Amino acid sequence: MLLLTCPYCGPRAEIEFRYGGEAHVARPAEPDALSDAAWSEFLFVRTNPKGIHAERWNHAHGCQRWFNVLRDSVTDRIVRSYRIGEPRPDPTPSGARS
Amino acid sequence: MRRFSLLSLLREATNSHRGWGSQWSVAQPKARYAALIVGGGGHGLATAYYLAKEHGVRDVAVLERGWLGGGNTGRNTTIIRSNYLQEESGALYEHALKMWQSLSQELNYNVMYSPRGVMMLAHSVHDVQSLKRHIYANRLSGIDNEWLTPAEAKAFCPPLNISSDLRYPVMGAALQRRGGTARHDAVAWGYARAAEAMGVDIIENCEVTGFRRGLDGAVEGVETSKGFIRAARVGVVAAGHTSVVLRQAGLRMPLESFPLQALVSEPVKPVFPCVVMSNAVHAYISQSDKGELVIGAGTDQYVSYSQQGGLHITTHTLEAICELFPQFSRMRMLRNWGGIVDVTPDRSPIIGKTPVPGLFVNCGWGTGGFKATPGSGHVFAHTIATGEPHPINAPFSLDRFRTGRLIDEAAAAAVAH
Repeated sequence: MLLLTCPYCGPRAEIEFRYGGEAHVARPAEPDALSDAAWSEFLFVRTNPKGIHAERWNHAHGCQRWFNVLRDSVTDRIVRSYRIGEPRPDPTPSGARS
Repeated sequence: MRRFSLLSLLREATNSHRGWGSQWSVAQPKARYAALIVGGGGHGLATAYYLAKEHGVRDVAVLERGWLGGGNTGRNTTIIRSNYLQEESGALYEHALKMWQSLSQELNYNVMYSPRGVMMLAHSVHDVQSLKRHIYANRLSGIDNEWLTPAEAKAFCPPLNISSDLRYPVMGAALQRRGGTARHDAVAWGYARAAEAMGVDIIENCEVTGFRRGLDGAVEGVETSKGFIRAARVGVVAAGHTSVVLRQAGLRMPLESFPLQALVSEPVKPVFPCVVMSNAVHAYISQSDKGELVIGAGTDQYVSYSQQGGLHITTHTLEAICELFPQFSRMRMLRNWGGIVDVTPDRSPIIGKTPVPGLFVNCGWGTGGFKATPGSGHVFAHTIATGEPHPINAPFSLDRFRTGRLIDEAAAAAVAH
């Protein structure tokens, strides 16, 4: 079980959280102008990296707020948590918190 | 390769079984092949076998990063069934189920296919309606599936607890009698042995590190840890690592990889006559011929390649198992492990062409690919050999995520995903 750090509540067990998929998948600014291929990219295509993954989590059984996490998908090591709206941090170990 | 027969078994029995030799030989890659298969699991090896057998394409190599069947082929819970809801899925899995029935004879290798029946439990009114909908849909397309009352389910599987004081009482079950299990390792070994006997090179410890493409964009070969190998046709069958492999060809896939867990108990005498699945409470259980209870758990909620999942996922499954089968509450579990499953948005596989000419993909089997192994290899071999999909896998194109013609097994609540 992961130990996730909610930016608002601190470290809590994974069962308090709900996973929300890849982070930073921006909703198209002009949906009407989108081609089928671009819609497909937005709706279905995911980076699915073997390495550092930026993902959304919701503290469902806590403050219920959304936040982002950088996690290594090979080791499941969590690099850091950050608030929605903040840019994706540099994943190098110097920026690591836990 | 020496064929297994009564005569050869008798001869070896008098020879202390010293004359069998290895089942396939270790190959070093040639500089060029007619076709390459990336991924030496069941699906990849089956593809190579049918390429050689049905299409006469014997100049084939199977490239495996680790060892044969060391990925999801050796990590699944070996359940075989074809009672899927959608017509396209039914056709694909039924194609495979029919091939399972004669696979041991076909390969001259005992894959221990055991049609002991797969029973899926209903625990709510919604489950009952959903399973009955599956039964009617299956029967319309000629796939056997029948409804059992709780008492009939108990008669078919005596260990089942059907008392009404369960948290989620059993309200009935759907039974596919032709469903069952097979020995997963034997499937990989049997296909490897039979393919190698026809001239296919089986190359282990050979990781694909890149794709070389011509001026027209078409595939010219792959870069590997054992050097460049030229081939005009490449089939990628890399399961949980498909996104990683295909990124090297510049493709982004509609896939996410999750750890799916399974565990086995200590071996005991035969106590469990069939396969029981309950999607509502997340319990999948059967007994292997060795005597171990083989238990499937769920996936973790997050993307991971770690091949291990959270213990709370297995705990959840074991709680459900103990409630449905109270006599197992004191069984000791021997091992648990995880496999990385590649899940598509509509929970149906992708088998077909990619935007790169000469590059084909077979992936997205999610939590249930083992059962499809023979059929998947058969139609994928057709796709690679002819350049066009077989009618059975035509609906499972990568393009369906652009056209919107999804094959939605995700919304069908009684499907194990």
